[in-house]
Amino acid sequence: MSERRLPPVTALGMFSLALVLAGGIYLSAHLPEHVPLGPAVALLAASMLVLAVNVIALSRVEGFPWGRFFAVAKWALLAYATISAMIEYVFLRNSTSGGPLVVLTLSLVVFAVNVPLLIGFTVARYD
Amino acid sequence: MAEITAPAPVGAPPAEASGPPAPLDFQIVPRKGLVLVAVAMVGLVVAIEVNTLWPLEFLHVAGGAAWTIIDLFLGLVLGPIIGRMSIPARIEFTTRLMPKMVLIMPTVVTVTLAAGWELSTHLGTNLTVNPLHGWVVASFIVVAIMAVIALGLLEPANIAVLTELKKPRPNPAVIEKLMKRFIYTAGATGLLQIATLVIMTKLSAG
Repeated sequence: MSERRLPPVTALGMFSLALVLAGGIYLSAHLPEHVPLGPAVALLAASMLVLAVNVIALSRVEGFPWGRFFAVAKWALLAYATISAMIEYVFLRNSTSGGPLVVLTLSLVVFAVNVPLLIGFTVARYD
Repeated sequence: MAEITAPAPVGAPPAEASGPPAPLDFQIVPRKGLVLVAVAMVGLVVAIEVNTLWPLEFLHVAGGAAWTIIDLFLGLVLGPIIGRMSIPARIEFTTRLMPKMVLIMPTVVTVTLAAGWELSTHLGTNLTVNPLHGWVVASFIVVAIMAVIALGLLEPANIAVLTELKKPRPNPAVIEKLMKRFIYTAGATGLLQIATLVIMTKLSAG
């Protein structure tokens, strides 16, 4: 089995997920009480940075089967956007608002983009 | 290396020896199952809107039990069995089990987490002053570790195996590699589920 040389998309994706989940745990552990947002914002920013580096690194791979990647990733995005929407709904239902809601929403966006990236990459790398 | 081809359907005429092998006949995402997923999601929204103890507790306990038992059984019982199966047997088992898992696991996890958060709010265990709050946070941490493993390794391997098996000539080496990844990560999440059992029984015991 010969494999093309690829950036560490899975490792970076899991790292980005871990960062954003750590931020989510930090917020959830304090809600519905007042939450100092600094640590959550820092974790979210770090997660977004890792995600951006991951996307850029993957976009530079020559001959990557993008057709296969998007064929899988678009459905995964639909599924994980739905899951994220359900989680967002629960937080909204419990009167989460202001800064915590913004950070949680952005965290869910990062989550919903990361998972399709990981699934699409794993499928397409063996195409 | 053995070539993987689809088993001939019952009653089908014999395939031409010179023709290309037919792709395996299965759906990566079973369409009919999406109806059940939609029903579960509607049930979840109704339970959250009604916001009384029983429906929330039912969805959280039933969903959590399914999640924990499936992970434990798949990781610690079925996983090692699949690992010792012959390649054709493993493929037949995979094409029957994995598409269902694609729908079951995300649904069960979403229902358990959403109902769990609402239940926690209802019971007050998510308040920092609650003596059980530390256990609730511990459950978040265990779920997060499982999520990173499941979403980063297990779920992509599951989809990739099924996609590979849909090809006219699946690569056995790719399937072997991805199945190994699936079995090991299922085992890891199965072990983490033991921690979930400890935390949840402590939370219910008070």
